[in-house]
This record gives sequence, C-alpha cells and structure tokens, in this order.
Amino acid sequence: MSDIILEVKDLSVTFSTPEGPVNAVNNMNFTIKAGEALGVVGESGSGKSQTFLAIMGLLASNGTTTGSAKLLGRELIGLSADELNKIRGQSMSMIFQDPMTSLNPYLKVSKQLTEVLVLHKGMGEQAARAEALNMLDKVGIPEAEKRFDMYPHEFSGGMRQRVMIAMALLCEPALLIADEPTTALDVTIQAQILDLMRKLKSEFNTAIVMITHDLGVVAGLCDTLNVMYAGRIVERSSVDEVFSAPRHPYSQGLLASTPRLDEKTHDNELVTIPGQPPNLQRLPQGCAFAPRCIHVQDRCLCDRPPLFETPSGSHNACYREEDAA
Amino acid sequence: MLLFILKRLAGAIPTLLIIVTLAFFLIRSAPGGPFDKERTIPPEVAANLNAVYHLDDPLWEQYLYYLGSAIQGDFGPSFQYRDFSVTELIASGFPVSLTLGLTAIFLAITVGVSLGAVAALKQNSFIDYAVMATAMTGITIPNFVMAPLLTLVFGVYLHVLPVGGWGDGMSQAVLPIIALALPQIAYIARLTRGSMIEVLRSNFVRTARAKGLPERVMLSRHAMKAAMLPVVSYLGPASAAVITGSVVIEQIFGIPGIGRYFVQGALNRDYTLVMGVVIFYGSLIISFNLIVDIIYGFLDPKVRMG
Repeated sequence: MSDIILEVKDLSVTFSTPEGPVNAVNNMNFTIKAGEALGVVGESGSGKSQTFLAIMGLLASNGTTTGSAKLLGRELIGLSADELNKIRGQSMSMIFQDPMTSLNPYLKVSKQLTEVLVLHKGMGEQAARAEALNMLDKVGIPEAEKRFDMYPHEFSGGMRQRVMIAMALLCEPALLIADEPTTALDVTIQAQILDLMRKLKSEFNTAIVMITHDLGVVAGLCDTLNVMYAGRIVERSSVDEVFSAPRHPYSQGLLASTPRLDEKTHDNELVTIPGQPPNLQRLPQGCAFAPRCIHVQDRCLCDRPPLFETPSGSHNACYREEDAA
Repeated sequence: MLLFILKRLAGAIPTLLIIVTLAFFLIRSAPGGPFDKERTIPPEVAANLNAVYHLDDPLWEQYLYYLGSAIQGDFGPSFQYRDFSVTELIASGFPVSLTLGLTAIFLAITVGVSLGAVAALKQNSFIDYAVMATAMTGITIPNFVMAPLLTLVFGVYLHVLPVGGWGDGMSQAVLPIIALALPQIAYIARLTRGSMIEVLRSNFVRTARAKGLPERVMLSRHAMKAAMLPVVSYLGPASAAVITGSVVIEQIFGIPGIGRYFVQGALNRDYTLVMGVVIFYGSLIISFNLIVDIIYGFLDPKVRMG
C-alpha cells in the first residue's frame, strides 16, 4: 500500500473573469496511494471539483492551473491535449455528477463504450464489443447484451451511472475520480453504486477520489478525507479520525450538521453553520472561515493559518492546533 | 415510419386547401384582369374571352370550378402563354429553379456550417468576430440589393462573370447562386456557432474529453451531430426562403425558372399560372419539411415516429 498513484503539490487554479481573477483552488498538497479511497468534501464552490478537473485537464477555457500533479510519477500539469489524451480514459478516468446528461444522447451506448477500447487499446470492433459487454456485466447491468445497442435515454439514471462507471473502468485505470456520482440518484441506487465502488477498490486496487458533499458516502467508502473550504484544504486526515474527533471548526460544524443514526440527537434541532460560504473574489485577509467560526481569535482575522500537523499525523489549518501543541 | 409519412401527407391537405383559397381570392382581388394589358379589344371580343375562360361567372363558382379541376391535376391553360398549359410551364421551369435552389442550399449548408463551426471553436477570437460581423451583414442586406451589387462588381467592373442569362455555361450560374445562398449562409453560420458553443459546453462533450478522445474525433463523432440538429430543423424554413429568394433572383438575372413565371404571371394577372405556381411551391415546401422531419428522426433517437 505504499505505491503512490497521484501526487499533488502546490496545485492552484485561477479563473480569469470580467470581474478579475478568481482563485478557485490554492496550494493543494496531497497524495493518493493504490487501493486508497480519498474523500473530498466541502460546500459548493469550495474548489473540490475544480481541483480534479484541473488534474484531468478539463478546466473551462478561462481557467489556468499552476503547481504540479504527478500520476504514477508523470507530470500532468502543462501537458498538451494530445499527450493528455493518451492518459485520460487510460490510466485515469473521471465519472460525473449527472448521468442523465453526461452520456451522449445521440450515440448508442455500445459505441460510447467501445470507442474507448478502440482508441486506447487498439482493439478491433468485435473484441471491443465483447470486452465492453463483459464490463457492463461487471458493473451489474442486467441483460447487458440486450441493452448494449440502446441509446442512453432508454436507460434509467442508475443504469446510466453504471454505464459511466463501466466506461471509466474499461482500461483499468490506476486512478478513478468520481465527482458526486451518486448525487442525482435515489438512495437505494446510491447504495448499489457505492457497493460497486467498494468492490473496485478491493478487486482492482484502484485509487478512488470521491468528491461529494455527502458525509455518509465518505463514511461508507473512503479511507482518508480532504475537507475543503474556500479553495483550500482545512483538514486532512483519516476518515475514522475526522468522524470521531474532527479538529477544524469547519469539519466540526459539517459533522454536527449531519444527522446521525448512532447518536441520540433526535430530540435536538439540527445544527447549522451560521453565515454564508465566502465569495472567492472577496476573501477575508485571514482565515476564510473566520467570519463563521465560533472559536475565532484576533489573529485569525489578519493571518491565514497554515496546515499544522497534528499529533496523530493528520493536518489541520487552525491556530487552535498550534495553541494545543 | 410509413404511418408517420401518411399522417403528415394527410395533414398537408387542409394546409394546401387554405393556401389555394387564400391565393385564389387574393389574386382575384387585385385590380385588372388577364386581358387588360393588350391593345384595347372590342367589348364583344372581351365578353367572348371572359365567357370562354368562365371569367364572367360568379367568383365562388369560378373557385369551385378551379378547385374541381385542380384536384384532377388540371391547372388549366396559361392566360399569357396561350399555347402552353400551366403544368407544361412549371415542368419547363422547374429543372432550372431546382438546380438553382438545391445548389444554393447545398452551398449554404457547407459554407454556413463550416464558418459557424470555426467561429465556435475560436470563440471570441478575431476569426469569430469577423465571421459573425459578415454573417450579420449577410442577413441584413436583402437579396434585391445584394444581387445588383454582385453583378455590378463582378460583371460590370471586374468583367469576371456574366451579369445574367442561363444555360450557356456554368459561369452564368455563379452569381445567382451566391446571391441566393448568401443570406442562408449567414443564418446557418450563426445558428451553427450558437448550437456548437452550447454543445461544446455540454456534459457529454466533457465526458468525451475525459475519455481521452482526440479533439478531431470528439468533434466529428460527438459534437457535430448534436450541433447539427438546429440546422436541420432550419432547413424547412430555409427552403421556403430560397424559394421566395429565387423569385427575385430569377427576375434580376433573367433566369427562365418558375420564379420568373410567377412574377410575370402576377404582373399579367395570369390567374391560372399564379395559382399553379402557388400550389406547386406550397407542395414543395410541405414535402421539404416532411423530409427534414424524417432526417431529424434519424439524427435524434429520442424522436420516435409513428
């Protein structure tokens, strides 16, 4: 479990807009190992999706990426589209939030699957069909053979997400990035999709990034967790640690605002984090979370806290960590 | 599929009936008659002529009479070209108009789609702005201004192309086809740019990129088909626009097509000729729209026919 699949250093994403530059992601540092599932949580606009779109080279045209992201030792940032195309879909794949619109409605599912194999593995059409069918079976599409030559609109939402997952897995990528894959699905289908991802992790030793705002998904699948706020990691540690003893005030707020079955909070009102997510163009000078933080100190307002290492080896961007040390 | 076509054809009958009725009473309400332009004829002769052509019957009787023969496929003789039936005139003009119209539409699709696609791919670049500015000019300048301008520049000043005529070499066809196609090129370019930009931002294009498809394959296999749908739907109205355009263009360039007969017929109060052309144009546009719908059904699997 020591082989590093993805190593991200100082990764930043900036979008140029008519109102000036927006720093969507700032100085991200993290690694993912084979067979590890990394959860990335945070509110909308916290930069969790943009981080990985930048790694995939799929940013909108006004976005620029700086820093470094190495997949299996190979630098991805700054690669030409042609070079990236040899990696995307081959050694790293991404599945998206909305399975209803992420498949091409005008192409048969079979074609959308086989083209990946024909492209990356140089397979013939017949071999690619057999392989793609096999993969549809693996992701649990019943009667795959019958449905193979249908169009996406003839599939249900959960089936389409399975097709997306099958598509992403065709070349057995080392890294699978899942951007809120279960958000658009109902709960029972969510559970099935998560089951499938767990199987992937154990069977193929695939490194999985699970971008989500659903802590339940994280608890059920992930080993490590990046909590993001306003384009930065505020806490990075093992899932067990975050769930049992969250250290950053934002993580604490996030957990407190999630209803849990294993605690007797049923009579109490659901806790909310007061205030609004910050505007990325008018970030406060100090800690971005300070205006909403119940533990705010004077220095939080002028200096942004760095990521402190905690006694257990996890990371926390809060001055209280320094105070405790 | 067959059922769909039959249904649509049946639906075309009331449409055609309304077109015929409107056209009939409109052309009759125009002052003058088919024999007014010739040198004054004795009243007895005029009365005889009117009697022969049933022009002295009550209007509604004439209408029913016309309808009756039109249903049987008889569109009557032309009042102006007396040796010819309306059917013969249309049959002689149609190949010319069809060549002109189809070439113009083909040109409009190929050039319009290419320009629009390039503009979309180079969005907000100089090329994009240049294409869109040219397209806007193409849409706003009417063809009765554009056609004389083209003949003036390429025919009179530069002497590179003939200013009119037909059937005497390919070069005669160049200017009328361009004049007819220009507004359509402009419109299709704008349409393609808009839909292409939307498609390029769509989730399934992002998926195609995430799969590592080369840009070229992504465009041809994934983006183009989706971006073409609005263009295909526009081909129905485009065919109508080319037909109305050809009426003007054939007149300006002296081309012996249906459009020219139509204008001559209207000026001469050649009732039967005008009616014949109206019915012919109506059926043409209806069939073209049907063909477009069938093509659309092939492109978009969500459209089910039946």
